[in-house]
Amino acid sequence: MTSAGSGLSLLQTCALSLLVFTGASQFALVGALAAGGNPLTAAAGAFFLGVRNAFYGLRLSQLLALPRAVRPFAAQWVIDETTAVALAQPTRRSVRIGFTVTGLSLYLLWNLTTLLGAAGAEAIGDTDAWGLDAAGPAVFLALLAPMLKTATERAVAGIAVLLGLGLLPVLPAGVPVLVAALAAPAVLYVTGRRRADTARDASAGVSDGTPAGAVDEPPADGRNGGPDVRGEER
Amino acid sequence: MNIWIAIGATAVGCYAVKLIGLLIPAGVLERPLVQRLAALLPVALLAALTAQQTFADGRVLVVDAKAAGLAAAAVALILRAPFLVVVAAAVVVTAGVRALTG
Repeated sequence: MTSAGSGLSLLQTCALSLLVFTGASQFALVGALAAGGNPLTAAAGAFFLGVRNAFYGLRLSQLLALPRAVRPFAAQWVIDETTAVALAQPTRRSVRIGFTVTGLSLYLLWNLTTLLGAAGAEAIGDTDAWGLDAAGPAVFLALLAPMLKTATERAVAGIAVLLGLGLLPVLPAGVPVLVAALAAPAVLYVTGRRRADTARDASAGVSDGTPAGAVDEPPADGRNGGPDVRGEER
Repeated sequence: MNIWIAIGATAVGCYAVKLIGLLIPAGVLERPLVQRLAALLPVALLAALTAQQTFADGRVLVVDAKAAGLAAAAVALILRAPFLVVVAAAVVVTAGVRALTG
């Protein structure tokens, strides 16, 4: 629906759902193209949103234990929903059934609704008058909201918004989003350093230790060192 | 033609990362730093995309009916409304504000 409203033909909209089949990336691509973005920068933004699927695949490959020959066919269904369902299953058999049923039904539903939506949007004509241009950002917000669990995620989101909007007038279309993605490694670097610092303060006097390990593994380090540090300060 | 290039590149890229996850040995991506980064990248991208699609008109920043629509979506999310209700709230409020302000 959104994509038909932003200059893609019915065939292109359906091809996108059939071939890409990962919602956030599709919306991102369509949004970037609608804004007049270069096709490759638009594709790059969509690609980075799809990277999380590699980590789902990693989890799933251990659970599903598929033969190598089957994996290329299963891969297209590695998405948020199938992973969520599969991870919730108690046995390997039910993991496989859950993955297959969820994958198949979502694939059929998603592509059917795409076809209906695209055809419907073509019939409606001016999709903006119906407020359909607000569907894209609302979808993104709904995907984003459950991810904002800690201050780190909120900091990343805040910086990304500032970068994405601030750079919009000065950089070519599609590029500001890619620059905004740098908020993730930047915040990670800062929090990593801060944790390394507190860890160093905690072990003051034994400063000849190995700080390299502390920098490499910020999450574990923060959890182990955090409470101790606070205890000493009080 | 440009659109087909973008669709093709996205399809190949997105399929490749899905397949990579199933094929490579677990150890390579299990490092905590890599996992933290992979979890934060979508946060940054989604936040930037949400802001841009709401407040950008081409390369100019604007506040229009979509801002009201997004606010409605945010309220729906805080009330733990289902996904489709969230999107519907944004669409209906945006259309309503446009109809009222002409």
